[in-house]
Amino acid sequence: MKLKNLKIKSYLNYILIAAATVFFLVLSLTGNLKTSTAYLLEEMAIKIMLAVSLSLVVGFLGELSLGHAGFMCVGAYLGGKVAAMLVGPLGNSFLTLVIALVVGGICAGVCGFLIGLPALRLRGDYLAITTLAFGEIVRTIFQNTSAETFGGPIGLPTPRFNDKYFYVICFILVLVTLFVIQNLIRSKHGRAIKAIRDNEIAARATGINVTRYKLLGFIMSAVFAGLAGVLYSYTKFNVSSQIFDYNYSIEILVIVVLGGMGSINGSIISAIAITFLNRELANVLTGDLAILKDLVYALILIVIVIYKNAPALKGFREKYNFKALTAKLTKKKAAAASAEKEEG
Amino acid sequence: MAESKKLYAEDGREIIIKTDHLCIQFGGLKAVDDVNLEIKQGELYGLIGPNGAGKTTVFNLLTGVYKPTYGKVYLCGENLTGKAPAEVNKKGIARTFQNIRLFNNLTVIENVMVGLANQIPCSVFTSVVRLPGHKKSEAEFYEKALEILKVFKLDEFKDYLAANLPYGKQRKLEIARAMATNPKLLLLDEPAAGMNPNETQELMDTITFIREKYNITILLIEHDMRLVGGICEKLTVLNFGTELAKGETSEVLANPEVIKAYIGE
Repeated sequence: MKLKNLKIKSYLNYILIAAATVFFLVLSLTGNLKTSTAYLLEEMAIKIMLAVSLSLVVGFLGELSLGHAGFMCVGAYLGGKVAAMLVGPLGNSFLTLVIALVVGGICAGVCGFLIGLPALRLRGDYLAITTLAFGEIVRTIFQNTSAETFGGPIGLPTPRFNDKYFYVICFILVLVTLFVIQNLIRSKHGRAIKAIRDNEIAARATGINVTRYKLLGFIMSAVFAGLAGVLYSYTKFNVSSQIFDYNYSIEILVIVVLGGMGSINGSIISAIAITFLNRELANVLTGDLAILKDLVYALILIVIVIYKNAPALKGFREKYNFKALTAKLTKKKAAAASAEKEEG
Repeated sequence: MAESKKLYAEDGREIIIKTDHLCIQFGGLKAVDDVNLEIKQGELYGLIGPNGAGKTTVFNLLTGVYKPTYGKVYLCGENLTGKAPAEVNKKGIARTFQNIRLFNNLTVIENVMVGLANQIPCSVFTSVVRLPGHKKSEAEFYEKALEILKVFKLDEFKDYLAANLPYGKQRKLEIARAMATNPKLLLLDEPAAGMNPNETQELMDTITFIREKYNITILLIEHDMRLVGGICEKLTVLNFGTELAKGETSEVLANPEVIKAYIGE
């Protein structure tokens, strides 16, 4: 019985995401989905992929990486370039997208490997600075390319895929990301990765190949950031390197930290929430108030973090939290079920 | 593999670990100087000495944390000098730490499952794609880990986070995790440190029990003389990195030099 419950629980996030996708698909098929909502969904899917992949490195491997936008940038530019080149011979088809994804993912993965190498020797702040530098270097390189290669400062023109339903493809890739990273975490390899986070010296002494797992973590994380980058290039008509600056990396890190280190579902929820919040703030604060957007955003983040951690609010938190709520609900359900049984 | 030649003592028992003039220097300081250990299969060997004598450094040399400046380490006749800690563990030396080093955010059973990682093969691809091999190996992990936890009487705590265990149980879990790597030689670094007399007694029972059950060779560092005198068969006493005395426990503990090093004149 207990095992059965566990099983459903561990697949719940796939089911919910798939259900939401189908729900929105039905909406858009009946013509009730606004284009702006479809764009928001695309953005959410990309943020979820970025957050989940970064959470593998930050939350599970325990290494602070500030260059996640760099991997995304590599994916966006190289995948976008391949797509732009293939649009001629293959058309703006599904095949073009798949090839672009493969190329973007592999290139980002190679970068992940290169960043993983210093990660074996550097720790904490030093690694954070190295990854930060990596992100900036990648961005600067693409910014200074010529107009024919990657567009330089003007940006790289990329094809946009079948406007309306692209978010479905994005969410399918979210499911793929989840499937791979979650399965990795819930295996002996995931245990090894968490063991390295908890105590590297003990992990070595227990026969864990730390080098291998650190590289694996960085490569996997980079591959999915790269895929997210390719999707990003597909959602825009033009990829500009400016957006992949360190602020973007920090934003992804904020999502991961806010969702709770080492919690994939937390990352997903906070990615959705933050993307939504950003969008709503941009909608509400128009005109002169637009400059307040970042301020309000920051204030909300501060309130959330204080709410999550302040000792003074401990009692409140324990009373009204997600776990207590679900426990209450399941209790009610169980009570209802037993009552039904008695009646039967 | 040329060097892998099993060594035997005069009484015919296999020599599990042998160190040959082991030395390490940190700058001008000789932390360990000319230590020659020779431990036979199934022995319970003690390494004692005053604070700063270099006991833990010897452990670090044996497990590959440090590379010796001079000298060699042989496990069952195979030269392990200069191998990385993970490699040394695979060859058959497992250890615990003076300051407990558990995987605090993993559960008790997961800690042991990490220790079993090299025993049960399962590729990354198999795990990620969830091929049938994954489920089979995970079941095996769980079963074997539970078995080990039962030996250490920790099975009822299996779903606790390691950090939430009481101190004495954390020590035991660390030994359980080390045993999960299926070692030939178990190194225990002050297993009784910070324990009350009851916990120490329980620990002594556990050590003698696992030694008989798994027929394993144990080398331990300890300050608790009751434990040392109670279970160790042989001792080496270190003082300022050099061997002060070695031999049968009772003889060594009666040695006036040893008493002098420990208590002073």
